[in-house]
Amino acid sequence: MSDTNVKPGEKKSGMEKYGEVAYYPGCALEGSGHAYNRSTKALGSALGLKIKEVDNWNCCGAMEVKNIDPKIQTYLSSRVMSIAANKMNMDVVMAPCNGCYHNLKKAEYDLANDEKSAEVVDRLSKKAGHETYQAGQVETIHALDWVKETIGEEGLKERVKNSLKGIKIANYYGCMYTRPRHIFPEKDAGPGSESTSKPHFMDDLLEAAGAENVDFPLKTACCGGAHTLSDSDTSTRLVANILQTAEASGAEVIATECPTCHSGLEMHQIRAEKVLGIKTSVKIIYFTQLLGMAIGLKPKKVGLHENISDSFGFVKEKGLA
Amino acid sequence: MNAGPVKRDSSLSVVDIGLRLDRLIAKPPVTEDAAELLALGEEILQHWVVAKGQEPTQDRREGFRLLALHRQGANKDPSFNACRETCRELVYHYNLVTQQADHPDAGQRARMMAWVANHLYLFIAGKMETQELGDFCCASRPLRERVDGEMPAQ
Repeated sequence: MSDTNVKPGEKKSGMEKYGEVAYYPGCALEGSGHAYNRSTKALGSALGLKIKEVDNWNCCGAMEVKNIDPKIQTYLSSRVMSIAANKMNMDVVMAPCNGCYHNLKKAEYDLANDEKSAEVVDRLSKKAGHETYQAGQVETIHALDWVKETIGEEGLKERVKNSLKGIKIANYYGCMYTRPRHIFPEKDAGPGSESTSKPHFMDDLLEAAGAENVDFPLKTACCGGAHTLSDSDTSTRLVANILQTAEASGAEVIATECPTCHSGLEMHQIRAEKVLGIKTSVKIIYFTQLLGMAIGLKPKKVGLHENISDSFGFVKEKGLA
Repeated sequence: MNAGPVKRDSSLSVVDIGLRLDRLIAKPPVTEDAAELLALGEEILQHWVVAKGQEPTQDRREGFRLLALHRQGANKDPSFNACRETCRELVYHYNLVTQQADHPDAGQRARMMAWVANHLYLFIAGKMETQELGDFCCASRPLRERVDGEMPAQ
């Protein structure tokens, strides 16, 4: 399956190309974001999509390694892609976490454009005893791309059993999904592509499942996720503002597609009430959970019980349970 | 659109910008507040630029000084681009509100603009606090002390 002719940023399309992908859950999806892991797998399975988890995967380098030495982060991400390409013979890696997705795309860009990064990756790969990843061996996509490119809006409409009709949703993409723009050239490729300034793939998919998307101006705003432990007050204030803005825009639900953003919104929703006296009631639910329930999966099947916030009453009221 | 913010005789402190935004949000804001909201966005960006030891630019990008100030603030500090789209949303809402003042959604758009301006303020004020720049640290101390007293240690 490996296609070494794929150029960085080249956009593939269709079930034949994305119907079976290497799955890179990353650390967060094994911990605080397990509901996202469970719902991504359940949704994919119900839609007839196949995933093969990357063997013996490692951390993508996240923020911590990147802040100390960006080239080590490039290596760590390249190892994940090397395993997918050279050991598993896959040509697409799907990463649902914005941080992982961002880091793999950044590594891809650096390897294609920075000789020193390529040298470091080659040296460390040899030292670690695995084949060096070469830029272009795999294409990294997000879970949003995966569903959008394989099933799409029309396919979803055909599969909807519990319409999200009547549910007002603010789609929150976070800042890592589109930033920096130069590592995601395919996102601004014109009609049909995603957009780095006003992303819409999640909007499109949820609307196809019946939801009513509201005009939400903080789709890609920072939630303070990187400071959630070192400076909780800043994160709480930023999250409170996102939650209040979503409510002011008429939303009942904030749909998420990043485990860091999601758990940050949930935790700081509670903290904002305790510390700042700001109470909000908007629900925070992964897009994979919403789509899963829309196509008939039970709330537990998509890990609703694993969320920090309790939205069981809400989904029952809306006829999704 | 070539926009001109409200002229101010003196700059507001970081804390005062936050208080002014709180008041505008509570009011709630109307279409006539769009220019002030844009100006408050420029002022908080100016604080960031000054805290980095630079003279705030008077240039405009795409017709807006706010966007030029953001670009100046992000120079050699790529993480500052996390507020790039927030700045652009602020400008977008300014255009929506001022160019379609009679639109049925104009009031709602003004309210959304205020929330966006507040996010820009919170992002920059928080960043200044984290980097111990400007006057935000002292202003936030009462909140921090209250939190430390009430919340279990993390």
